[in-house]
Amino acid sequence: MKRTHNFSAFGFLLALSLFSVGCTAKKPVASSVPQAPTNLQSIKIPTLPSFNPPQPKRIELPNGMVIFLQEDHELPTIDGTARIRGGERSVPADKMGLTDIYGEVWRTGGTKTETGDQLDDYLEQRAAKVETGGDIDSTTVNWSCLKEDFDDVFRVFADVLRNPEFRAEKIEIAQKGMYDGISRRNDEPGQIARREAAKLVYGANNPYARVAEYATVAAISRQDLIDWHGKYVHPNNIILGVVGDFDSSKMEARLREAFASWPKGEAAKDAEIKPEPAKPGYYQVDKTDVNQSNILMVAAGITRKNPDYFAVSVFNEAFGGGFSSRLFSEIRSKQGLAYSVGGSVGAGWDHPAMLRLSMSTKSKTTIESVEALDVEIAGLAKRPIDDEEIKRAKDNILNSFVFRFDSPDKVLQEKMAYEFYGYPLDFLEKFQKGIEGVTKEDVARVAAKYFHREQMSVLVVGNVNEFDKPLSSLGTVNKLDITIPAPPKGLMPEQSEHP
Amino acid sequence: MKFRITLLQTLVVCCLLGSLAFGQDLASFEKRTTVKKLANGLTIVVCERPEAPVFSFFTHVDAGSVQDPMGKTGLAHMFEHMAFKGTDTIGTRDYAGEKVALEKVEEAYAAYIAERDLPVGRDEAKLKQLEQAWKDAIAAADKFSAPYTNEFGKIVEEEGGEGMNAFTDYDETGYFYSFPINRLELWAYLESERFLHPVMRQFYKERDVVIEERRMRTDSNPFGRLIEQFTEEAFAAHPYHRPTIGWISDLYSFSATDAQKFFDKYYVPSNMVVAVVGDFKASEAMPIIEKYFSRIPARPKPDTATTTEPAQNSERTVVLREQSQPVYLEGYHRPDYRSPDDQVYDAIADLMSNGRTSRLYRALVRDKQIASDAEGFNGYPGNKYPHLFAFFATPIPGHKPQEIGDAIHAEIDRLKKEDISDEELQMIKTRAKASLIRSLGSNEGLAFALGQNQSRYEDWRELFRAVDRIEKVTKADIRRVANQTFAPENRTVGIIEFAGGPPAGPPGENPTVTTPPQGGGQ
Repeated sequence: MKRTHNFSAFGFLLALSLFSVGCTAKKPVASSVPQAPTNLQSIKIPTLPSFNPPQPKRIELPNGMVIFLQEDHELPTIDGTARIRGGERSVPADKMGLTDIYGEVWRTGGTKTETGDQLDDYLEQRAAKVETGGDIDSTTVNWSCLKEDFDDVFRVFADVLRNPEFRAEKIEIAQKGMYDGISRRNDEPGQIARREAAKLVYGANNPYARVAEYATVAAISRQDLIDWHGKYVHPNNIILGVVGDFDSSKMEARLREAFASWPKGEAAKDAEIKPEPAKPGYYQVDKTDVNQSNILMVAAGITRKNPDYFAVSVFNEAFGGGFSSRLFSEIRSKQGLAYSVGGSVGAGWDHPAMLRLSMSTKSKTTIESVEALDVEIAGLAKRPIDDEEIKRAKDNILNSFVFRFDSPDKVLQEKMAYEFYGYPLDFLEKFQKGIEGVTKEDVARVAAKYFHREQMSVLVVGNVNEFDKPLSSLGTVNKLDITIPAPPKGLMPEQSEHP
Repeated sequence: MKFRITLLQTLVVCCLLGSLAFGQDLASFEKRTTVKKLANGLTIVVCERPEAPVFSFFTHVDAGSVQDPMGKTGLAHMFEHMAFKGTDTIGTRDYAGEKVALEKVEEAYAAYIAERDLPVGRDEAKLKQLEQAWKDAIAAADKFSAPYTNEFGKIVEEEGGEGMNAFTDYDETGYFYSFPINRLELWAYLESERFLHPVMRQFYKERDVVIEERRMRTDSNPFGRLIEQFTEEAFAAHPYHRPTIGWISDLYSFSATDAQKFFDKYYVPSNMVVAVVGDFKASEAMPIIEKYFSRIPARPKPDTATTTEPAQNSERTVVLREQSQPVYLEGYHRPDYRSPDDQVYDAIADLMSNGRTSRLYRALVRDKQIASDAEGFNGYPGNKYPHLFAFFATPIPGHKPQEIGDAIHAEIDRLKKEDISDEELQMIKTRAKASLIRSLGSNEGLAFALGQNQSRYEDWRELFRAVDRIEKVTKADIRRVANQTFAPENRTVGIIEFAGGPPAGPPGENPTVTTPPQGGGQ
């Protein structure tokens, strides 16, 4: 059991309790129990012991593969993740869904020497996993295993990483799973709202908003998967992180032996993607089987590289984060309009995330709620985030800061993200300093800079006939058609059942 | 602030309850874990985990929606929301004045409800007056708490609290968050104060919030609608047939007085287990925790007798015809978590559902290619009382729910007629061991699991002892339990059938667009 700090907060706390004779408990109980202070103010908060979380060892192989090794000896397990550059945003429009299929069949399709089913049996007998996945900007191969099975499982991991076979029968299963997902994408109103809002911010055909269709999934071939693997899976496109109960120098030797001879390949390149936002205004999706409206007010947010990121983080906490934020207090607690309400200027790693206010409310208070959100946006100028709100937001971020690195795995994940997106590896420390320096003026400035009500799109997914007033009472309404484009002929049986 | 109802969440609980471990882990936890039952009956479990200067806690209250009074479904969950509304010292400017004002709200509400619910002879004009009087009383009471909306949450957040939330399910209510370790005494104060002096302020606004929660999870979600109907059908007598979130008419009826009564009856110290895991020495933490939680006065343990669900002797089916895609769900009654066969059921769930080697995946997804997902699981809708072993699957386009049912039944028949293989049995046991090991690596997970086992078995070690029981499960056990459980007359089926797309809306003044018009950019 490691213990990187040795300060006992409890000696101090205990002493404090014995000295708290000035306070009387309201209901004294057993005499052996010391009396407790009865108000918040009399409880002293000791200084948090200094804590230096273990930092992973960074290794760069001559072929460009970057490796992070993070020892954690608490449990007898070893887990690893390889993140490979290149993801769904680089897929051509007529093959949308490629990295979903690839991310599944990479593993289920097996390797040159073993089928996916054989791997399943082999790994499950060891309660181990090797899994693959696809995401917007990367794909991954990861493993998890008990320490005693590391050699067996790592062998499978390395084989899957380098020698996948993409067997055709597994492509078919993956495609059917995708068709199922497409057929269900209008079943749940929250899912519709999130998907359509992204289209309003980035553009319907933009890689950050578009969705796979029956035809694009059907167009994906085994050769496409092979080509993708050939194009992207090179050591110089890979960041590998390993965490668990191992010795770093031995693990380093093991990984060098496995990967050092792997030749470099072409570096992945990401084309620049420009958002093409929809015209600001009101958008509506009519859903007749619900009694609650999903409301989203959206625009483009920022990236974390933006110098405003720190002020924006404080703003987000005060405006829409947690129980005591403005939106939660006003819209939920005081007005009782919503269970779910929130809002923030989103900050992406390498592209602007969404600026978004969202809530769901009963059909009969739909327009009332849009207006209530408008009041909150207008209130940012009339009633700027004040000193007390700033203090609460900063205290929240800074006092809970330790939870960003309270496990070796969290530290590892953080560093891997910095490496992947080209941030300094001490970005977390920079963030802490940045938050400490945020002033009321900074917060007012970013609120004014990023919130322009007239540039936002308002999306309502709900049962239009039950609204308190038509959405058109607020402005011109664009009705969105979310009909799922029909599958190509002959793709599925009983097509009439699945429009 | 949520109630636990999704299948996934149920699965998580089952995994925690049904996993195994090595003996040496229990030995290590024996050294790190201390239990103390206070004089008032409240149980404290503390576990040392010095990995980082933080701690997590779980307060388990052994009362859930099963304890909701008749006509007041949703009350356990409603109280859970109220436990975030502060105390007589947190969230008020003048509690003496507020107390009187809140009593007036209750009087006004009772008068309003009495008139509203008159079976005959309701006076509409009088009703309007009474409603206004109630709203005026609320406004008067709110003046005492303004501007301290959500003061309790505000304190936790500004002190660095992480992941503050709570859940209510059929069996229990849980409260949890994490703090940096230097806030241990502050936490002990806040968490004990919360259950020493809760105040039912802003109750009716919060009730509106809860009703929105019902609209989100149940009314406006096809799967939410299905499980409400399915559960109601599967249980005829036991309170599991009622929704945790509450029926809508009950939500519009119960009062702050009802919530306070629920609290008084069920939030008694002997009904509560507080588990704390983190970077402390038990010898130093326990006195602090004891000092604060000892303040809660002892009260008699409530009568929690419920009707035992009688044997089901006819197959039951609910079919929802929806605008959404089909879903198949079925459940079989099984005994509660104390059953000697509990781990046999866990073994069956693992065999049928866990990963791509599972029988349901291989039969329905890989071979027949009729489903995108298929699994079987225990603990629906709870596990403290006799409950269901359920199967759930989603047919892929072109396949009907009935086909799914047939395929699941074929797999069940195999289970009844043939022994599972040696490899399968070994895999179940190995996986259970590994899954327990992995569950021990977080303060939150440990606080939940140690506290729940202490609450259910009066011994946290049951978390580890399940290992011995699953190790003893035999092929014959699996066949025996499958045969006694998976009988058609013991089955309830819930289906969503696709009934066509939404009706065409009225013609509007604006054209419908697939691609929104392009804007000027930002």
